[in-house]
Amino acid sequence: MSGLIAATATLELLQLEPPGWGAPLLRGLVSSVMIALGAYALGLALGMCGAFAKLYGGPVARDLAAIYTTVVRAVPELVLILILFYAGTDAVNQLLLSLGYDRIQISGVAAGIGVLGVVQGAYATEVLRGAIQAVPAGQIEAARAMGMPPGLIARRVTLPLMLPNALPGLGNLWLNATKDTALLAVVGFAELTQTTRQAAGATKAYFTFFMAAGALYLAMSLLSGWGFARLERRARRGQPELRS
Amino acid sequence: MILTRAFWQPHRLIMALVVLAIVVWCALSLRWDWVPKYAPMAALGLWRTLWILALSIVFGLALAIPLGLAQAAGPWFLAWPARAFCSVIRGTPLLLQLWLLYYGLGSLFPQIPWIRQSEFWPILRQAWPYGLLALTLSFAGYEGEVLRGAFKGVAKGQLEAAKAMGMPRFTTLRRIWLPQALHRVLPTLGGETVLQLKATPLVATITVVDIYAVASRVRQDTFLTYEPLLLLAVIYMAITAVIVLIFRWFETRRPVKVA
Repeated sequence: MSGLIAATATLELLQLEPPGWGAPLLRGLVSSVMIALGAYALGLALGMCGAFAKLYGGPVARDLAAIYTTVVRAVPELVLILILFYAGTDAVNQLLLSLGYDRIQISGVAAGIGVLGVVQGAYATEVLRGAIQAVPAGQIEAARAMGMPPGLIARRVTLPLMLPNALPGLGNLWLNATKDTALLAVVGFAELTQTTRQAAGATKAYFTFFMAAGALYLAMSLLSGWGFARLERRARRGQPELRS
Repeated sequence: MILTRAFWQPHRLIMALVVLAIVVWCALSLRWDWVPKYAPMAALGLWRTLWILALSIVFGLALAIPLGLAQAAGPWFLAWPARAFCSVIRGTPLLLQLWLLYYGLGSLFPQIPWIRQSEFWPILRQAWPYGLLALTLSFAGYEGEVLRGAFKGVAKGQLEAAKAMGMPRFTTLRRIWLPQALHRVLPTLGGETVLQLKATPLVATITVVDIYAVASRVRQDTFLTYEPLLLLAVIYMAITAVIVLIFRWFETRRPVKVA
């Protein structure tokens, strides 16, 4: 109980003005959301390539996609982040040096987006592959029989039909993206969790700050859950109601 | 997995050769002389990772059963808190939960005299109970949601039949409801276990020396960037493979009605 009383006494530390840590926390939230959005977009692009490679690719593309998804899903994100963080910046710098440019300092945001995007891509591959497989084969065959080119089939038939199947999985992936940004705290990037730890360490008000950050994450997740439910309803319009 | 002729198509042979070449290159041109020195420490770290994984899954499942049951069939004053718990656990990053428990409780406990004087204090002063607690709660949150679906998915007729036979409610749960729900959960449990394994290295951030922490230690001591991380990734892949195989064996033992 004494902890609770102490925690309420430290609530003013959350104010936006400098003695309070509200502004840094919100900045951390913004960079978390930005990284999550970037990583999600990159992951979707990679996942789309991976899904099409697994379903329609040649034997080599299929096997490469299988290796990619297996390895990424078997190794902890934390380890992948470290490996890709160092290897990625190293590779870019080696490339730049060999092309005759100077080394560059890769920003934390770009590295975070790249690393989390690669991780997201592996999961997105599986989600999208399953969703594409659930599209009735007759629809795609009919499009082919009408002489539609593959790109047009993907745009007009496969993607719109698979979207309702994919959205629940994609919603989970988005939640994972927002939560995985917290892992960047381990490499010292100032996103929400890292900022929270700094604030908590500086003020010793651990409960207040971690609870506040938790509330921010929770609000983000509830909001996106609601958003994805609406999207799915829209994607399913015209389909018979699912009994739950 | 038996590698048949169908597996060894020409392009796979080439890919296997490429992988082999990469492995040989890694073995020859990277530095591995630190391995013998750190092997005992790594074994200890591996052991710690494995028992944290096992305990958090066992405790987490034990906690998930009441959570799932409360959401599936409980009165509102049980269902509502259980749902809130699952949403909070699933809606916030595990790292944040871990740090909240470790730094928050860890700074609160020393201020309370009777906890400091109790015989649990030597345990509570260490980091692993907080890591185990955070991992357990997280697993319970995710599995509670899964079990809610599984409890709801058990056919109504089964429960009604048990009721008609005059079975007490607890016996119905123990003999009919729970076994059938767990039966449904088993295929997803393997995947969840792998996810839990991938969450364990987070405890290294609160100074628990698991296999990940050993790798970090090696990186600090030897200034090597890639070698410890690559070996660590291989170790995690091996553990994942073992988990997948164990659950595959479980599933073959699961009686499935074939029409």
